[in-house]
Amino acid sequence: MLVSVYRYNPETDREPYMQDVEVSLPEGKDLMVLDVLNLIKEKDQSLSYRRSCREGVCGSDGVNMNGKNGLACITPVSEVVTGGKLVVRPLPGLPVIRDLVVDMGVFYKQYQRIKPYLQNSTPAGGRERLQSPEDRAKLDGLYECILCACCSTSCPSFWWNPEKFVGPSGLLQAYRFLADSRDEATEERLAELDDPFSVFRCRGIMNCVSVCPKGLNPTKAIGHIRDMLLSRAT
Amino acid sequence: MTGLRKLSFDAVVIGGGGAGMRASLQMAQSGFKTACLTKVFPTRSHTVSAQGGITCAIASADPNDDWRWHMYDTVKGSDYIGDQDAIEYMCSVGPEAVFELEHMGLPFSRFENGRIYQRPFGGQSKDYGAGGQAARTCAAADRTGHALLHTLYQANLKSNTTFLNEWFAVDLVRNQDGVVVGVIAIEIETGEVVFVESKATVLATGGAGRIYASTTNAHINTGDGIGMALRAGYAVQDIEMWQFHPTGIYGAGTLVTEGCRGEGGYLINKDGERFMERYAPNAKDLAGRDVVARSMMTEILEGRGCGEHGDHVFLKLDHLGKEILHSRLPGITELSKTFAHVDPVNAPIPVVPTCHYMMGGIPTNVNGQAITQVNGKDEIIPGLYACGEAACVSVHGANRLGGNSLLDLVVFGRAAGIFIEEQLQQGIDYRLASEDDVDRAMGRLNSLDSNDNGEDTAVLKRELQNCMQNYFGVFRDGEYMKKGRDELNAMRDRVANIAISDKSKAFNTARMEALELQNLFEVAEATAIAADERTESRGAHSRNDYPERDDKNWLCHSMYHPETKKLTKRDVNFKPKTVDTFEPKVRTY
Repeated sequence: MLVSVYRYNPETDREPYMQDVEVSLPEGKDLMVLDVLNLIKEKDQSLSYRRSCREGVCGSDGVNMNGKNGLACITPVSEVVTGGKLVVRPLPGLPVIRDLVVDMGVFYKQYQRIKPYLQNSTPAGGRERLQSPEDRAKLDGLYECILCACCSTSCPSFWWNPEKFVGPSGLLQAYRFLADSRDEATEERLAELDDPFSVFRCRGIMNCVSVCPKGLNPTKAIGHIRDMLLSRAT
Repeated sequence: MTGLRKLSFDAVVIGGGGAGMRASLQMAQSGFKTACLTKVFPTRSHTVSAQGGITCAIASADPNDDWRWHMYDTVKGSDYIGDQDAIEYMCSVGPEAVFELEHMGLPFSRFENGRIYQRPFGGQSKDYGAGGQAARTCAAADRTGHALLHTLYQANLKSNTTFLNEWFAVDLVRNQDGVVVGVIAIEIETGEVVFVESKATVLATGGAGRIYASTTNAHINTGDGIGMALRAGYAVQDIEMWQFHPTGIYGAGTLVTEGCRGEGGYLINKDGERFMERYAPNAKDLAGRDVVARSMMTEILEGRGCGEHGDHVFLKLDHLGKEILHSRLPGITELSKTFAHVDPVNAPIPVVPTCHYMMGGIPTNVNGQAITQVNGKDEIIPGLYACGEAACVSVHGANRLGGNSLLDLVVFGRAAGIFIEEQLQQGIDYRLASEDDVDRAMGRLNSLDSNDNGEDTAVLKRELQNCMQNYFGVFRDGEYMKKGRDELNAMRDRVANIAISDKSKAFNTARMEALELQNLFEVAEATAIAADERTESRGAHSRNDYPERDDKNWLCHSMYHPETKKLTKRDVNFKPKTVDTFEPKVRTY
């Protein structure tokens, strides 16, 4: 199979280029894209990419495969290859450090900005705070985010305004805390999001939903935040 | 030391998994200048892969639950070489540590009454084994590790921990008095080598499951902390004790939680027989992991395995129904579809025992202080601490119970943090590292960077992993282990002679992988020697040539000494502070 990989080493390359590599795949086994990258790296150790859990829970290996963002470790080659060719590029819209490794600084900054931790100043006593199964169920589809950045780097609004628009991942996490019955900072959280950019730059394009490797729905969460902001304004 | 940048902290924690971040959180909350130095962004650490839960007697599923019952189970699970003072500490302090996590926001699943959901796990009992199966594992669906790791990262952000993300620790720096005063580390993005100086250095570097070819462990689990400790000449404890998790997905090695069996799933052989009924008539599929893994291997070896090659068994879950699978085991459903091409709602998952956890590690006391042995006596290593899987405190002994790893890392990450805080408050004074001290720690990195013609990392890694898989697996045998030791002996010089063709600075993963392989080798060699020398079967260490537990000679820890490559013995602690000693008994489930 022909694999075309994005290469860029800031020390030796004046500009990025696509490198074509012929990879022989073992028969009768549908490899994941990460396995293919590993095969290439065994021959050419200079290829750089991130990888850790190799089972889709750590979020290290978000890349762009034949035009679509996803996790290399849980994307079968058969699912993305078209015309016998696999094209692997770094996640779009973020500065490239080297090869498939992007600088995720601005992505993490937006995550930190939403204060991604529970805020509750009422003493909890010696046991856990109680939460009904129904209230806990409101966190399903939110807390599972793995911070892989597949969504935010597929979002045109985030490409244009990465400093001002929180982006789908950050907003999903913002809603994860807004939706938590144990959190007391709803008003402060909303106040910090109440401007033309932070939330309202979402245009409902839904690329985030289409690429999320965990099957989460940031657009829906953003819709809930919008509703909360609007009802707060009236 | 020519022009090496220096960063100074009150405490530096190496590793951004659960143990490391619980330790850094403790110290950062108290206002100490704390760094968490981690080779991957913290939420990429392997804690994220823990599924089933955190075992702790919070008395939610059963209001009468008692931490002493949990202690009994853990001592029994360890096959009696877990230290009873440490197990007592973990089980009794556990509830406080778990409630703290909940207060930080960890999204635990809930019972109808709003309390934390708990499920049954293997090796759990009520009333010291007399009251039947307990349900003691606190869970956030089957994503407890993910929920825990993210919660700890979030809490650290709130407490302004300094994160040195994507920094790789190479080796420990010691001053002329033998005090550990920090580490040499590479900032991966730039390739810059930095001396990170600290009054307390905490190794929370996790396990080393990548010494085996088939493992549930992440690519990053390369035993970096163990490698650093061994190269510094410190002994490691019980390193022959490796847990093989009964249910790794056949072919892929990815984990399927024991929680599946806790929720009512069970294992079947090719005849559809629920074979665990034969091996563990009481606990059945919820016997200790070592027991279940051996039973599965026996089924396979005796020709009752499933599939074309008869080399795995099946985990049956379909009878639980779609509802339970989707609410309690959603992650498993996903993993099974991806890696086994099976939807557990309709069909059983092919599974096989897979390397999962390192019970051994850097010996510590309950305060996280690292210990080594000099002339048969314990000595505290000044300046060095360890917690989590890298440490051997020892609460798991020869076999860890499911759900006890998350409790271990939270309780002892916290304990190390608390102890270091006290030390810092009292004032820690030591001599600064000289240029020579730093240069010594640079030796390995310098030799790798200056070697132009040598061995290839990928080739050696494969050889190492196959050797460990073939000779040091679920069943061990003296004759085979000798062969394995010979192979490793022949590998040692080659591992020291790795050369990388890519010498560039920016995000050079080839350099890191070479350094990681050297760490893996240290762990593998220690494992091989300790396994061969422990001439008995206990917990996860099962020998065909010594099939019985030998309490007369081996009711003790093993200590592997890197400089002599010899094994010595260390006493197990049988003196808990508030309860009576649990005396060794025959271990049945």
